[in-house]
Amino acid sequence: MVSGFVLKRVLQAVFVLLVVTLFVSYAVRLTGDPAIMLAQGAGSVTEQDLENIRKGLGLDRPFLVQYGDFVRGALHGDFGRSFMGGTPVARLIGDALPATLSLAGLSLLLSVLVSVPLGIQAAIKQGKGADQFIRIVSLVGLSFPNFWLAIMLVLLLSITFPLLPPSGWDGPASLVMPALTMAIILSATNVRLVRTAMLETLSAQYIMVARAKGLAERVVLYKHALRNCAIPLITYIGLQFGNLIGGIVVVEKVFNWPGLGTLAFDAISGRDYPVLQATVTVLSLVIVLVNLLVDMAYGLVDPRIRSK
Amino acid sequence: MQTAITTFDDAPRRGLPWRSLEFVVGGLLTGLMVLLVLFSPLLFPDRGAAMDLAARLSAPFTNWSHILGTDPLGRDVLARVLVGGQISLMVGVLSVAGASVLGVAIGLVAGYYRGFWDMLLMRCVDVQLALPFILIAITFISILGGGLGNIILFMILSQWVQFARLVRGMVLSVREREYVQAARAFGVRDLAMLRHHVLPNVIGPVIILMTLNVANNILLESSLTFLGLGVDPLIPSWGGMLADGRTYMQTAWWVSVFPGVAIMLTVLGLNLLGDWLRDRLDPTGKTR
Repeated sequence: MVSGFVLKRVLQAVFVLLVVTLFVSYAVRLTGDPAIMLAQGAGSVTEQDLENIRKGLGLDRPFLVQYGDFVRGALHGDFGRSFMGGTPVARLIGDALPATLSLAGLSLLLSVLVSVPLGIQAAIKQGKGADQFIRIVSLVGLSFPNFWLAIMLVLLLSITFPLLPPSGWDGPASLVMPALTMAIILSATNVRLVRTAMLETLSAQYIMVARAKGLAERVVLYKHALRNCAIPLITYIGLQFGNLIGGIVVVEKVFNWPGLGTLAFDAISGRDYPVLQATVTVLSLVIVLVNLLVDMAYGLVDPRIRSK
Repeated sequence: MQTAITTFDDAPRRGLPWRSLEFVVGGLLTGLMVLLVLFSPLLFPDRGAAMDLAARLSAPFTNWSHILGTDPLGRDVLARVLVGGQISLMVGVLSVAGASVLGVAIGLVAGYYRGFWDMLLMRCVDVQLALPFILIAITFISILGGGLGNIILFMILSQWVQFARLVRGMVLSVREREYVQAARAFGVRDLAMLRHHVLPNVIGPVIILMTLNVANNILLESSLTFLGLGVDPLIPSWGGMLADGRTYMQTAWWVSVFPGVAIMLTVLGLNLLGDWLRDRLDPTGKTR
């Protein structure tokens, strides 16, 4: 049973990745002709020159052949070479991926540290002042664009009080503001999720039993209740992971953070197909893998899911 | 997430709408912003284009003819913020109208008839969940070019899935209810069945999702325009003003602060209304 469920989910994930890569490779080829970009500044360019550039890059072959090459290469960790400067794309990705993942990891961690205690407080004080306050603050947090928050933080922490570098990579201090931006945006959603999940869990009978047998409230909340609402929470955070990555891409751009988002933006303006294609593929792969792991974990913990 | 046990506290709050803080604050904020934005051409006949070069970069709350200050070209920030809101509201409303009509129709058919189309829909849902949305938007828009029409088109193409998924899920349970079975036994045709018996029972959560998506798409449009991929930078819009203002952040904070405040107030109002609707129309929390 278990292996059947796993196999089905893995096949689904592969299907999703195929569709995504196919769509993206097709779309990036519509964005414009890289030969014209490369030929700029070379003086007079004839149609023959452009043709030669395209041939050199392998762009004259049928689309499906190019796509097949891409998939074959990607499976071996080879994403071709950048049109700009010829660096292997895999190396560009390898340099940028840690920056993106550290930003994603730190902001998730920060937001869990903030939103779990706050969400629990809101749930146990349901309808009271503390709950209303936490709900309204989280709703405000959902109501502004992440890049605006980024600008406001720069205004506060780099310009008014020059504490942190405003952009780029200038030692670990540079990680603080992008991570803070993402953590605030994420916490706004997560507080609401924790609150809802906690409310459901707290009304269950085993919580009443735990309280009735005289366990300390702290043990009831953090041991019994939190563990049981961890499952829906993890699932939901998995579903939100695509949004998290999307947010990171924009925040990276605002802070000029040297991650995959910035790489992708540069690739788009330079019509650098191999880089753009690889970046979107890697980001989608991360999202699909996270969702797959979440489903597996869910299936392991809750046997009812496996047979579905 | 399905609510397993509904406690008394969690039961939907009924009663008069103005007894709810969420409805009052949300309604006031949304109503005020919408009215100001709609009537901004009357308040500011120049639509924020007039340049008062003598008062370039004047600070807010110091000059009564420019309450929120002026930008580096001497244009009134308040006028530009209000006129710029027209773009945001238009994108929000039109994109959600398109996505919901398309999504509800597909969701109804997929949930009611099941089979092949249903499977195809669910695979679309899988793919949509795996896409780094903003990257796809950027790719899509660099193909077609930015501009109002393309942004709205893109939002419709990428968001109908949410409506279809929501409606499909609800139709699956509604079609097994006794009143639908009874109507079928009476020989009600499929189209009439969907219109009179299924649709009215799934429309509540759809309205909630619409409210929240208008809010979301206002944020999205401002992000795209901020990144230079949205509306023409020459047309005043909230995202475009933020992108401009960022350059002058060190000297003139107000140019980048007030458009953000406008976005926040509008979106907060819509989110509050969405929350209030959810309490009233969707006690089982399908749209959570």
